[in-house]
Amino acid sequence: MVAVKNLPALLAEHAFTQDLDADALAVLAGCAQNVRFRPDQSIFREGGRADWFYLLRRGTVALEMPIPGRGRTTIQTIRQGDILGVSWLFPPYRWNFDARAVTETGAIAFDAACLRGKCDADPALGYALMRRFAPYVSQRLQAARLQLADLYGDPNAAAG
Amino acid sequence: MPPRAETGAMLPRPARVRRATRETHDVVTLELEAEPEPADAPAAAQPGQFNMLYAFGVGEAAISVSDIADGTRGAVHTVRAAGAVTRALAALEPGMPLGVRGPFGTPWPLAACTGRDVLVVAGGIGLAPLRGAIAAIRRERDRYGRVTIIVGGRSPDTLIYAEDLAAWRADSTLQVETIVDHAGPAWRHDVGVVTDMLPRAQVDAERTTALLCGPEVMMRVAADALADRRVPADAIAVSLERNMKCAIGHCGHCQLGPAFICKDGPVLPWHRVAGLLREGEI
Repeated sequence: MVAVKNLPALLAEHAFTQDLDADALAVLAGCAQNVRFRPDQSIFREGGRADWFYLLRRGTVALEMPIPGRGRTTIQTIRQGDILGVSWLFPPYRWNFDARAVTETGAIAFDAACLRGKCDADPALGYALMRRFAPYVSQRLQAARLQLADLYGDPNAAAG
Repeated sequence: MPPRAETGAMLPRPARVRRATRETHDVVTLELEAEPEPADAPAAAQPGQFNMLYAFGVGEAAISVSDIADGTRGAVHTVRAAGAVTRALAALEPGMPLGVRGPFGTPWPLAACTGRDVLVVAGGIGLAPLRGAIAAIRRERDRYGRVTIIVGGRSPDTLIYAEDLAAWRADSTLQVETIVDHAGPAWRHDVGVVTDMLPRAQVDAERTTALLCGPEVMMRVAADALADRRVPADAIAVSLERNMKCAIGHCGHCQLGPAFICKDGPVLPWHRVAGLLREGEI
């Protein structure tokens, strides 16, 4: 028989939450549910309300945006162990990209309003979560800068 | 070490293109067929070294050795058409002549990789100097531990060596990750910057040697990320590209601080160049 893990146990396994204490995991689990997405299923759309936040447990998700002349363009993929969604943290709580499951994807989904409420009620928990989000946001900013720099452009186009 | 007496090192040997393969819209791989060579001909190139390729009537450019063609001493070179010389080289067709000086420079430290895990990180045409190293590793796969290859590019249509990538992915002894800056929905691999893949890679800091080649910013970020994971700087090798002219350390065009990249490099341990690459211009 396959044992079914409860949400705190699943949260304890995820890189984003694994070092939180049991009490914090139990609080977070109160806002969470297990979700699954089929390949090519839309998870959210640009401009939509950012009411959810996801921890990916398995699979791959593409962040996309339609670009005139290029069609639907993937600007980032995220995988098992990553987080999906930052826009739920700050007003206006609106997604900036489309998210689409590339493969069969499993995630823990958090009700954003519930999670913000828990953070407001327990600043220590909120701080612990923000300390986990900040490096992720910083890393994404650095990656976006590198993409903007177009590293693979030819710096010696006029030479050799 | 120069391939022979320095005057000889300055004299191009005749060669012909045996095969030309278009990799992308501006990148071509040339497989050379060397003319009969004299007894004092230089040793065959090692992965990481480069040759000076001479497009007759146009000029010379330093092009890394991507492999040695099967059963011959002819080197394989991948050329991106960027300037007058490389455009002329990339336009060569089978049977057409060119001049070759070399091989020059330092190879990848494959001997030091023996018994260790190898992490290869390549960006854009930076995969070309690493292709021969990957081939050498695959030929003697048992000599190495875990081998991870991370390849980055601007978009799927700019990735070179499609056949090699397919073969590497099909090789169960290799962990291969491919990531591009942006892609259409048909792309089934990763999208982001090549350094996004490093936190996902399995790295045992004490037994990993990293071979990095690509845009310098990419190598700096990758080397820093590996250092964060406690990989020692002397276990990280980078391949640098500079304006090589003489290729034997005389003219100074490729000088980077105290190093002549043509002679002391192009492959150098990270600890020797980390500080130099953070300077704006030297």
